[in-house]
Amino acid sequence: MSASPVPPTPPPGPRSARPNVAVTLDGEEVLAFPGETVLALARRLGVPIPTLCQLDGVSVYGGCRLCVVEVEGEHRLPLACATEVSADMEVRSTSAELRDHRRRIVALLFAEGSHVCAACVASGACELQDLATETGVDHVPYELTFPSHEVDASHPFFVLDRDRCVLCTRCVRVCDEIEGAHVWDIAQRGSDARLIAGMDQPWGEVASCTSCGKCVAACPTGALYHQGTASGERRPDPGLIAFLADARAGVWEPRDNGAVSQPRDAAGPHEQGTTP
Amino acid sequence: MGKLIDLDAMRDAELAARSRRTHRALVCSSTGCLSAGAAGVRAALVAEIEAADRADTLQVVPTGCPGLCSRGPLVQVEPRTGPATLYAEVDPDGARSIVRDHLLGDRTGDQATTEVAVVPADLPFFAHQTKVVLANAGRIDPDRLEDYVAAGGYRALYDTLTTMTPEQALTAVERSGLRGRGGAGYPTGRKWRLLAEAPGDHKVVVANGDEGDPGAFMDRTIMDSDPHRVLEGLVIAAYATGAERGYIYVRAEYPLAIERLERAIRAAKRSRLLGKGVLGTDLSFDVQVRVGAGAFVCGEETALMASIEGRRGLPQLRPPYPTERGLWGEPTMINNVETLANIPAILGNGPEWFAAMGTAESPGTKVFALAGSLMTTGLIEVPMGISLRTIVEDMAGGIAGGRRFKAAQTGGPSGGCIPERFLDTPVDYEHLRALGSMMGSGGLVVIDDTVNMPEFARFYMAFCRDESCGKCVPCRVGTVQLHALLDRICNGQGRRRDLQHLESLCRTVQVTSLCGLGQSAPNPVVSTLEHFRDEYEALLVEEPVPSAVVTGDAS
Repeated sequence: MSASPVPPTPPPGPRSARPNVAVTLDGEEVLAFPGETVLALARRLGVPIPTLCQLDGVSVYGGCRLCVVEVEGEHRLPLACATEVSADMEVRSTSAELRDHRRRIVALLFAEGSHVCAACVASGACELQDLATETGVDHVPYELTFPSHEVDASHPFFVLDRDRCVLCTRCVRVCDEIEGAHVWDIAQRGSDARLIAGMDQPWGEVASCTSCGKCVAACPTGALYHQGTASGERRPDPGLIAFLADARAGVWEPRDNGAVSQPRDAAGPHEQGTTP
Repeated sequence: MGKLIDLDAMRDAELAARSRRTHRALVCSSTGCLSAGAAGVRAALVAEIEAADRADTLQVVPTGCPGLCSRGPLVQVEPRTGPATLYAEVDPDGARSIVRDHLLGDRTGDQATTEVAVVPADLPFFAHQTKVVLANAGRIDPDRLEDYVAAGGYRALYDTLTTMTPEQALTAVERSGLRGRGGAGYPTGRKWRLLAEAPGDHKVVVANGDEGDPGAFMDRTIMDSDPHRVLEGLVIAAYATGAERGYIYVRAEYPLAIERLERAIRAAKRSRLLGKGVLGTDLSFDVQVRVGAGAFVCGEETALMASIEGRRGLPQLRPPYPTERGLWGEPTMINNVETLANIPAILGNGPEWFAAMGTAESPGTKVFALAGSLMTTGLIEVPMGISLRTIVEDMAGGIAGGRRFKAAQTGGPSGGCIPERFLDTPVDYEHLRALGSMMGSGGLVVIDDTVNMPEFARFYMAFCRDESCGKCVPCRVGTVQLHALLDRICNGQGRRRDLQHLESLCRTVQVTSLCGLGQSAPNPVVSTLEHFRDEYEALLVEEPVPSAVVTGDAS
């Protein structure tokens, strides 16, 4: 590998432009960067829009459908993560109907998997758990399917528990797009769809796995975790993937919390109300 | 490079050969009749004619589908002059008697044989039809280019390439008002223009033959009865839009259509109707058949493209639309097989001729596959705007077994149920959508009063659940839960709140799913709830009295 004499120029986009696109977000006139997604705009302004499959640093998937928003003049509900702002766009990030849809989608995920928080490594640091709190899912009105897939603990460092997998494909995309190993993919379809390693092998036997752990960092739930962690011991690193993607693109910026990120349990919504 | 075809010479030679025959026996060799034993019928006809040493004057021709599928195997006997006779439910013995009494004897028409049923020529099933797309179905041997050319085939392509600019061809399609026959009814000309105006040097056109609705077999019949018509439409599309490659995506469940399309492509290449320098012009265009792998969702255009590229057939987010970034990043246009099969007729007869058929908003004809509790099932092509009642009561002869009509399901698992009081509705895109159903690709399943509507809805929900690709949560999990709710209601265990959850979840799955499969999966439930709500209510059980109340009363 030879070092490039000229530092790569940052790609065009939000970083190199000024916010100059007038957009209405929840009734307020705001300025967006050209090419910015509705989700990026909302996050920059602190407007909460729930997401699950979206992960900064990897491609847009559009599978969880939680970030649906209402856009004036659109008869469908566009996804905030996949919709770029345009001039004079009027976006509503929330409404009674959107809240209902998001609550039902989260409840569907709980009905599909086997999500027992008390016994899960991710409890307290789980995006699905947070989503339940944010969307107000305090019970599941649908039939629980109680899947019982085998746990794959064949990897020396990591474990895959498919019963907790929400099929967001964040691990698939991280491994393919950033690590370049493409260890993960989805096999089968519909309710039979499941995460597989390699050619549907035990994870530990997949020669292409570099044991980099990015998939574990990308997992929103406790489906992928480090060997030896017990209930509630997961320490997520939410900015890691975006940091790595930026580094690869040559946009080298210091991370908000320094080189080592903080577990977000200090301010996570799941902590609210638990302190006496 | 093959030899340049001379259309006139080929047609004249074919018609001259035909004039040497006294009779031609056209044996339906489309999928339906073949499964009913048409191959044996054809063999019996050939053997009997050879035994009589009359193979020089009597010809047996395997053809596509004349449409009367429920009465197959079908044999049409066509004398050199005069009306043809259509025999139904022919078996090998019947075939031999047709040869003895009709072909070798001198009796014709209704008196020809007593052993085989003759379909009257004025049967309402045929009388209401206008055959454009199916003009050759049942008339020509789909495996012979000569037959297609003798029926006027490739003439529209020749005239288009030699007398029109691409822009003129495109304008003709726009002016015809043709709308996509795959279901959504998007104006075909507008789609063509999007591709024509898209920047790029390697544009692609795709014929979508991944027909997957239960009970639908329009596209299959078009492909296995008249494959050259699809090819001709595709080449004209390539000329008008500047595409250099084409694909015909056919589901693996249609082996006959695949075989005939591939044979047609080989024949067309040999005659320079495809390849470099089509018909001696500058147009270069190649076509390949791509076979699906058994997934309903691959009829959705982004999933179809993923499948052609060899990836998992998952729908992708739009935009970008295929005309912006399609197959391998190139601008791509996907047209349904029936849409493309209309193109040669539109270019050949002019857009005004086409626009004069059907209704102002939905011009032309539509092929429907009639299935379900009808006296006569099969394939029909009718002008748009015809009433459902005409189709169900006149053409199909009403309901079989003395039962009553209950509902017509159009659009397959994406469509809705239309009850009796809307039977006079004209069949076109807007009217069906207003009824909570849709045109769909043309499946028309009629059910009688023995069918329980919640169970009917459950059947379609099971189909969608099994066919969901699993990418998006509302469809992957929502269809499982909708099916579970329907199951509970059908089994007499449903409570009122289950019905409420059913309705609210239908709404969420409709508006939040990624692609058309999920967005339309609840339609059978929603439309049966709208028109047959009492049947759901009748199955509900009372809420149990909360135990606390019981305790309170007892103490």
